[in-house]
Amino acid sequence: MKSLVKKSETLLSVESKIKNPKSKIPGAHVALFAALLMAGGVAFFAGRIDPYHLDVLTNIGINVILAVSLNLVNGHTGQFSLGHAGFMSVGAYLSAAVTLHFVPKLFGEDGGGTLATGALFLAALLTGGLASALAGLLVGIPSLRLRGDYLAIVTLGFGQIIVVMFQNLEPLGGALGLNGIPPYTTVFWVLAFAALTVFTIGCLVRSTYGRGFLAVRDDEVAAAAIGLDTTRYKIVAFVVGAFFAGIAGGLYAHFRLTITPGGFDFTKSIEIVVMVILGGMGNTLGVILAAVLLTLLPEVLRPVAEYRMILYSFLLIMLMLVRPQGLFNFKPGKAKP
Amino acid sequence: MLSVANLSVSYGAINAVDGVSFAVPAGAIVTLIGGNGAGKTTTLRALSGLLRTRGGSITFDGADLTRLPPHEIVARGLGHVPEGRMIFANLTVDENLAMGAYLQHDRQRIAENRDYVFGIFPRLKERLRQSAGTLSGGEQQMLAIGRALMGSPKFLMLDEPSLGLAPRLVGTIFEKIQEINRSHGLTILLVEQNARLALEVSSHAHVLETGRVVMSGPSAELRADPRLKAAYLGG
Ligand SMILES: Nc1ncnc2c1ncn2[C@@H]1O[C@H](COP(=O)(O)OP(=O)(O)OP(=O)(O)O)[C@@H](O)[C@H]1O
Ligand SMILES: [Mg+2]
Repeated sequence: MKSLVKKSETLLSVESKIKNPKSKIPGAHVALFAALLMAGGVAFFAGRIDPYHLDVLTNIGINVILAVSLNLVNGHTGQFSLGHAGFMSVGAYLSAAVTLHFVPKLFGEDGGGTLATGALFLAALLTGGLASALAGLLVGIPSLRLRGDYLAIVTLGFGQIIVVMFQNLEPLGGALGLNGIPPYTTVFWVLAFAALTVFTIGCLVRSTYGRGFLAVRDDEVAAAAIGLDTTRYKIVAFVVGAFFAGIAGGLYAHFRLTITPGGFDFTKSIEIVVMVILGGMGNTLGVILAAVLLTLLPEVLRPVAEYRMILYSFLLIMLMLVRPQGLFNFKPGKAKP
Repeated sequence: MLSVANLSVSYGAINAVDGVSFAVPAGAIVTLIGGNGAGKTTTLRALSGLLRTRGGSITFDGADLTRLPPHEIVARGLGHVPEGRMIFANLTVDENLAMGAYLQHDRQRIAENRDYVFGIFPRLKERLRQSAGTLSGGEQQMLAIGRALMGSPKFLMLDEPSLGLAPRLVGTIFEKIQEINRSHGLTILLVEQNARLALEVSSHAHVLETGRVVMSGPSAELRADPRLKAAYLGG
């Protein structure tokens, strides 16, 4: 009983620590404001921007959410997850199921007003995010006791199981996937959620509680020796990362309008891992830049798009040889080798 | 204060610690000495819950610690300075100390602990904003000890604090350890390969060999023991 009371006390203090991140990051609020302003601006001028460019911008935003959320797990906390696309697929399918189910019931033929569809979309995204977080919890609890390479293998396996599960789930379209998803994703939604992801994770790792993620990465034994519950930290990182991957999946589904299980297999996970490594594990700005760069690259190289995976592999090899600390990491000794 | 009975720890099929028993009275400095692979680090890690025990019991202040997770053991006042100065290299000195106070919620107490640590290791105060990975070896050892002290331990375990330090610095660190013991009455369990020094600062000693205690007694007596002299004190 006493220990229960104590547990809830520490949980409370943990929450208050998250809510009051030390004011060490005056930049974060400014950055959030700037990003939201940009999202608003882009949305306002959207009519005048080339639709192709808008699509690229949307892709960039979705990839930023994916990369920054994976960075919490792989970069800040030092756990190697290869299952991020699996979490993304949970969010994509669940959110699409929500809108596909409720749109005809609520709005019938008229399609609904902007406010009503916006509210439904938000609810769908959150459903997807929460379902994905729950999946993160279910996968994380047994597997996060494993280290390094074992964890990578388990998360890889999870990603493949999810794909196979969706392939065999007839109510969700089976191997053909879902289509006719309403086109609710706009640049505004994507950029706003990208800003929110960067802000939330930034505040999380900079709070007193969040320094623990970095401590777990730097030295797990020492972190445990001073009283951190290292398993819980890893699970929190996993669940928060999965939540945002789920949101990204929802945005992706309502942008592509068609989703298939194959679109979320391990090549997608590896794509996200590459962004995190290229950006310099744990370096948020670097990871954002890498996500932007790696989204633009195939666009620029459209004529050779079939060779994208070869290019990725080549880039990775070059990176490991030339800049093992990450492409955009300029602080000496900041990254873990 | 701490009593260990029949402690056994194994890595798979290897019995690294095999039926070890000893006690540490409150306020004392007790040392575990022994050569490479004797099982000293394994013993400490089992005491702080980092390793699961295979058998035996660990009693601290009358409570059984044997099955508790590390964070609950730390919360009961058992501090551990791990072997090889495992500081958080990417955090600053200040942040490392703050992490040491992770389970402390009393701000007043945290501030007092900081002042106490700076009193013992003034060098740390000069290096507060520096990334811990860029500290010298000696400074890292000071930080590792300071970080453990931030958790207000009643009992501190030090795993080879002399490892890799210049001889002059080893002397300084050992003086500090004695100072911590005297000024705060902090009970200390010291693991060392440097037997000569460890026997000088401790009141009791236990010699470990391949996972077993082969010799125990007051440090002054062990220092004069011919067998120990031959094996650990260089003749
Ligand atoms: N993770 C591990 N897996 C398997 N065996 C291990 C592991 N860690 C230690 N051992 C073995 O357990 C035995 C005791 O090791 P331990 O680290 O406790 O020795 P020690 O007394 O601290 O030695 P040293 O003075 O060199 O630090 C050794 O034989 C070692 O090889
Ligand atoms: Mg050792």
